[in-house]
Amino acid sequence: MRVKSIVCVKRVPDTETRIRISGGATGVETAGVKYLLNPYDEFALEAALKQKEGAGEGQVTAVTVGGAEAAEALRSALAIGADDAVLLRAEAGLEGLAVAKLLAEEIRGRAYDLLLFGMKAVDDDLQAVGPMVAELLDLPAATSVIEFASADGRITAQREIDGGVEVVELTLPCLLTMTKGAYKPRSASLKGIMAAKKKPIEEKPVQASSAGIQIEKLSYPPERAAGRIVGQGADAVPELLRLLRQEAKVL
Amino acid sequence: MPNIFAFAEARDGELKKVAQEVVTAARQVADQLGGEVHAVLLGPSGLRERAGELASHGADHVHVGESDALQHYSGEGFTTLLVNFLKANPCDAALFPASALGKDLAPRVAARLGVGYASECTALQVENGALVATRPKYAGKVFARVRFTDTPAVASLRPNTFAPAESARSGEVHTLEVSLNSADFGAIVREIRAAAGEKLDVAEAPIVVAGGRGLKDPANFKLLDELADAFGGRAAVGASRAVVDAGWRPHAEQVGQTGKTVSPTLYFAIGISGAMQHLAGMRTAKYIVAINKDPEAPIFKVADYGIVGDLMEIVPRLTEEVRKLR
Repeated sequence: MRVKSIVCVKRVPDTETRIRISGGATGVETAGVKYLLNPYDEFALEAALKQKEGAGEGQVTAVTVGGAEAAEALRSALAIGADDAVLLRAEAGLEGLAVAKLLAEEIRGRAYDLLLFGMKAVDDDLQAVGPMVAELLDLPAATSVIEFASADGRITAQREIDGGVEVVELTLPCLLTMTKGAYKPRSASLKGIMAAKKKPIEEKPVQASSAGIQIEKLSYPPERAAGRIVGQGADAVPELLRLLRQEAKVL
Repeated sequence: MPNIFAFAEARDGELKKVAQEVVTAARQVADQLGGEVHAVLLGPSGLRERAGELASHGADHVHVGESDALQHYSGEGFTTLLVNFLKANPCDAALFPASALGKDLAPRVAARLGVGYASECTALQVENGALVATRPKYAGKVFARVRFTDTPAVASLRPNTFAPAESARSGEVHTLEVSLNSADFGAIVREIRAAAGEKLDVAEAPIVVAGGRGLKDPANFKLLDELADAFGGRAAVGASRAVVDAGWRPHAEQVGQTGKTVSPTLYFAIGISGAMQHLAGMRTAKYIVAINKDPEAPIFKVADYGIVGDLMEIVPRLTEEVRKLR
């Protein structure tokens, strides 16, 4: 069986990066920032590659939305093993519903078995584009999936829920958003990086519609006041508990 | 009259604490707009008895949809019911918990209605008759003030952020018709593993006991389990990325930018040095206690209280002293 997967990816700042506000307090500084493929998208890509390998043949297509620089995420995906890629060329920094609508429009016309997303992107942390696309395309979907298996046109997926794991069954084609679990993302090999240069990235100009929200202002969280060292070693424990009870009043 | 919708999450026939939080937040918004709170409760039969609890937190109306078809959560099914409700009862805002269920459901409802969505909100304000939400980005390294351009404004609220308050209302109970067919369920729940109802999730627990590489060995997490147990069902165990990457703990427990963002009342960082991506995930905790052998560890810069020393001695003593409080 041939398994066709579409993996939606995003270029995001490295999680160890300090974020600095700029652009009239509504954007963040991009100069000097290291960008990576969104870590959750790596799980989605790995799952897609495993499906293709398990089936013996197939295709993995990476899709992203954004400006020219967004293609870096596609290059990463191609280097890791995706076969081809699509850049929906729009303005940078689109969020939520605006991104979901563009992806849905592109994907609607394509043939695929699996539509995979990272559970969330670690920049805007919205955790919404996957389930939004599921609604826009009216696809069976499971979010926060840690592992899945496919057989007879059906997917059995394990998803993380509060305090446990839920097992759900879906018919193909379906949409899954992936979180850390059974899939250990592979790194791009030198050969993969070289091969990626020859793989195609199709660029399509698109026009975004409203996301339904507007960011008015970004601000830093209030600094936490410096605390104090209560003491050294186990002997400091009674004083810690006294402070938690009498000063903080949390116990 | 501006109506505010509140999704009241229930599990195993009981309201979750986030349901009280969401109804309380909806009450506060409704009071500023001069409107009414419509709480919606979905699940298997028996839930109607919980309506009174929602009224006590400020629901003017409680709409109860009971059906055996709702034994388990279904993203598609719940979305259909809520979208039908919101079309029949237009609301200015629709509030959800940012629980695992809420973060699946709220964006679906927003997309099917074609409106904007803000997740994990930590504050809601009413300005000139419009809702303005505050939400973290980059796991809380920055916060965004978000305005909504459509109604309803769909938002999910971070657990443990909106303290439940009493504000008794009549809580008129209405029946929400549940007529779903199999086409409404794209994903069928076959099984729920682990005691979903019993174990507190790290994102929802009022107390988090988190461990990092300083524990040296996965077996030493037993010390944290014991400390969490000593708090009597109010605490959950969390983990740093380093120990999750090492396979010591499940990702479900990971706190930080590639894990969960938590806002407990009390956060214990034990053997966690305090990498930036970890701090981003827990800096909104009300009180932070750090236990670390390295007095220079960055975690002490954000901790309210710190103890420097060997956690293998400190944690058992802490467990013993906490047990004495009970």
